[in-house]
Amino acid sequence: MTKDNSEYLIERRENVYEVVIGLEVHAQVTSNSKLFSSSSTTFGAEPNTQVSLVDAAFPGMLPVINEYCVKQAIKTGIGLRAQINKKSVFDRKNYFYADLPQGYQISQFKYPIVGEGTVVLDMAHGQKEVGIERLHLEQDAGKSIHDMDPQNTLVDLNRSGVALMEIVSKPDMRTPDEVSAYVKKLRSIMRYLGTCDGNMQEGSLRADVNISVRIKGSDKLGTRCEIKNVNSIKFMQMAIDYEANRQVDLIEEGETIDQETRLFDTKKNETRSMRSKEDAHDYRYFPDPDLLPLEVTDEFIEKLKLDIPELPDEKKKRFIDKFKVSPYEATILVSDIDTAKYFEEVVAKMGKNLDIKLAVNWITGELFAVLNNKNLEISQSPISAKNLAKLINLIKNGTISGKIAKTIFELMMDGDIDPQIIVEEKGLKQESDPKALEALIDKIINDNREKAIEYKNGKEKLFGFFVGQAMKASSGKANPQLINEILKKKL
Amino acid sequence: MSDITSLTLTDLVKSIKDKKISSEETTKAFIDRGEKSRDLNAYITEDFSNALDKARAFDQKPNFDLKLPGIPMAVKDLFCTNGVKTTAGSKILNNFIPPYESTVTQNIWNEGAILLGKLNCDEFAMGSSNETSFFGSVQSPIDKDLVPGGSSGGSASALAANLTPITIGTDTGGSIRQPASFTGTVGLKPTYGSCSRYGIVAFASSLDQAGPMSKNVKDCALLQEIISTYDEKDSTSIDFKRNAYSKELTNNIKGKKIGIPKEYTVDGMPKEIEDLWTKGIEYAKDCGAEIVEISLPHTNYALPAYYIVAPAEASSNLARYDGVKYGFRSKGENLIDMYEKTRSEGFGEEVQRRIMIGTYVLSSGYYDAYYIKAQKVRKLIKNDFDEAYKKVDAILTPSTPSAAFKIGEKTNDPVSMYLNDIFTVPVNLAGLPAISIPAGVDAKGYPLGLQIIGKAFDEQNILNIAYAMEEKIEFKNKITDWWIK
Repeated sequence: MTKDNSEYLIERRENVYEVVIGLEVHAQVTSNSKLFSSSSTTFGAEPNTQVSLVDAAFPGMLPVINEYCVKQAIKTGIGLRAQINKKSVFDRKNYFYADLPQGYQISQFKYPIVGEGTVVLDMAHGQKEVGIERLHLEQDAGKSIHDMDPQNTLVDLNRSGVALMEIVSKPDMRTPDEVSAYVKKLRSIMRYLGTCDGNMQEGSLRADVNISVRIKGSDKLGTRCEIKNVNSIKFMQMAIDYEANRQVDLIEEGETIDQETRLFDTKKNETRSMRSKEDAHDYRYFPDPDLLPLEVTDEFIEKLKLDIPELPDEKKKRFIDKFKVSPYEATILVSDIDTAKYFEEVVAKMGKNLDIKLAVNWITGELFAVLNNKNLEISQSPISAKNLAKLINLIKNGTISGKIAKTIFELMMDGDIDPQIIVEEKGLKQESDPKALEALIDKIINDNREKAIEYKNGKEKLFGFFVGQAMKASSGKANPQLINEILKKKL
Repeated sequence: MSDITSLTLTDLVKSIKDKKISSEETTKAFIDRGEKSRDLNAYITEDFSNALDKARAFDQKPNFDLKLPGIPMAVKDLFCTNGVKTTAGSKILNNFIPPYESTVTQNIWNEGAILLGKLNCDEFAMGSSNETSFFGSVQSPIDKDLVPGGSSGGSASALAANLTPITIGTDTGGSIRQPASFTGTVGLKPTYGSCSRYGIVAFASSLDQAGPMSKNVKDCALLQEIISTYDEKDSTSIDFKRNAYSKELTNNIKGKKIGIPKEYTVDGMPKEIEDLWTKGIEYAKDCGAEIVEISLPHTNYALPAYYIVAPAEASSNLARYDGVKYGFRSKGENLIDMYEKTRSEGFGEEVQRRIMIGTYVLSSGYYDAYYIKAQKVRKLIKNDFDEAYKKVDAILTPSTPSAAFKIGEKTNDPVSMYLNDIFTVPVNLAGLPAISIPAGVDAKGYPLGLQIIGKAFDEQNILNIAYAMEEKIEFKNKITDWWIK
């Protein structure tokens, strides 16, 4: 098997296979209330405390569409550069399950609210476009809990009726890396839009992964298997790896692939059959007679367009044009809306001393390292953008050295302390008075006459020794640039 | 006041407002008669003791500005009533007490009416004779062992037998008009979207509509005025200007054009129905209406289309009765076993038949041939009416192709039972309003009704026509109280 950034191929004997992947992402709409009822959607509430009579499908209860969720879906469609359908229809997807109170899920089958669109991925080997087939609105089901009671399955309906967007991609992805980039990009776009918080731990974002394999160069699609409900990018990649190899092995053994739905077992790192095509549900879709077709006007859509913030692709372009950051740096800065916000705030607060390179380095270097270590999101950063900007300004105007800055940075984390205060309290101000430094250096040269002579005789390595001595004598506060200059002169 | 229970709603309201009788006296009279009439099996749930309490409370603090001041009434057991058992005539909801009130019944209580109890009906409103109810068939007060029609059979029987001064039913394919016709009473199926479906146990969502049943047209207009409101809780409720139907009621229908659809002369239709229709045409002429022959060419396809659309929706609407959340549950080995046992034991034969039909017509491979085609037919039927209404203001037909039949007569022949809805079903498919008024009797003396179909939202017009014709017809229901020992 070869594995590099642009290709993911599976080799068996003389055959080289490529993997064709499409995703159905289920993204929970950010909304205070459910798709067809006014119940709350807050995560983690006590079981069955956020359930209305509609959510529990009491007799005679009727769904009423939540306009906010419709707006959220349309905004997402705009973010995916997709066709917004002015007329869409809610259908019933009929099946029985204990956590599906109505006995059907209200979804959109034939006429989704959003049609074809595009997502651009920034891969190491360049940009890659992934087509969006459609986005539709649907209700989530409740949750069946099988392990709390030895005899019974318990049902929690808090999630029942929560609005989901199902975003279906075209089978345009070829590598696990592209899948990862795609999910991250979707997540990023929706977080920019505020339409889905993208929290995979809470189940706000999960995906069904469709995988098939074919001889590289073929333009025919192989039989696909769908891996249901994978809830982390890492698991998606592992599932693809396992499943693609499983399919290739079958083909190599002369067998055929059965179109089926499979589950990924995260413990055993393998997929296994859930149900075959023959056992597939007949969902008996038909238009929900309790709901009229959903119609929106051009005006409604145009008004929503005014609400669309600058999205990652545009922001990246602006960062490159305006701040002259590299495309790589720009990609990192815009990948998450909170990172972009943080960066822009640092830039704004630095004011006339603005040094983009320094700002980028501090954010993607020191700050990211800390966040990683502490497993924090940038929105939970222990150091505010304002104080980081102050710190960078202190370096920039020569008040402190970069080295001291790192010490101060550590101290700032203890409650987002203003670096200026640390500098003053700890006396960490950089010594930049040439006269004071000259006196200090004179003394060092005096104390080390022999080494000074050796240096003059060509042992240039000794320059570092003198710098070190000067820094030591100043407790690290001496301005390193001035030290260099004075030493050169004096020696 | 020897017989409070035989008063019309209008007279009853007047008597109470004039303080000739109290709400308590009135309520007691209906309760007494209800208790003596248990052989009719009209009630599923009596709420008599609460009704008396409410009547006394009303009398202590009467509000005569209300339209139904202290008026007791019973309603079809398809309307969810807060704290009062609501069964839809099914075993599967035998223990179900809703913690909420349907919009239609709430509108009625808001006008001062008092709930007497819940009236028998076909299970989930699926039936034309009230024989599919888990709680047993209902006797028509017209004659022993006669069906009152269905599905609002309990409502029709209770109304005709004077157990309630007025009532409400629901009509998916004729379930108000056919029992009204069978029991010599008046029943209106309003325009789809006129009365909220919120809190009504659903049968076929795109066809279901609640409506008033009464002893005369004026009472019907008053009740329609009360129950028809725009309701945001029902997405299919329509926000149109509703008339003050009772106030605006007039018998002046001079110059109104009334259409007679030739397709409603069906094979095997008894002569007495044809005669009734002819008589109806004469009455309409007498009232000054102009008779116009019209054509509704797709009428023949209405019944088959209806028996695809209605079961399809029902199969999905009834999926929620699965034993998990409320209602009847049978013990099972596992989830699927529990579903199967609960639903086989909880649903009656007719309901199961329709769930099977509905599931079948929605299945992949059959969906286009049945459901989609039925929807196309539905559109054609609607177009037929649209065309007709370019020429006429209303359409006059018989309500049913026959008078009431005996209990058990058609239970083994579902198709013949379905055929009973032949004149009423097209109206539901087109979402139009229609009223059935008593217009005569057959050879056995059983009532026969005429149906007046209106344009969408034109309830006032058909009420006026019905009101004018009612005056000419002078129908008197012959109720002998044979069931009271």
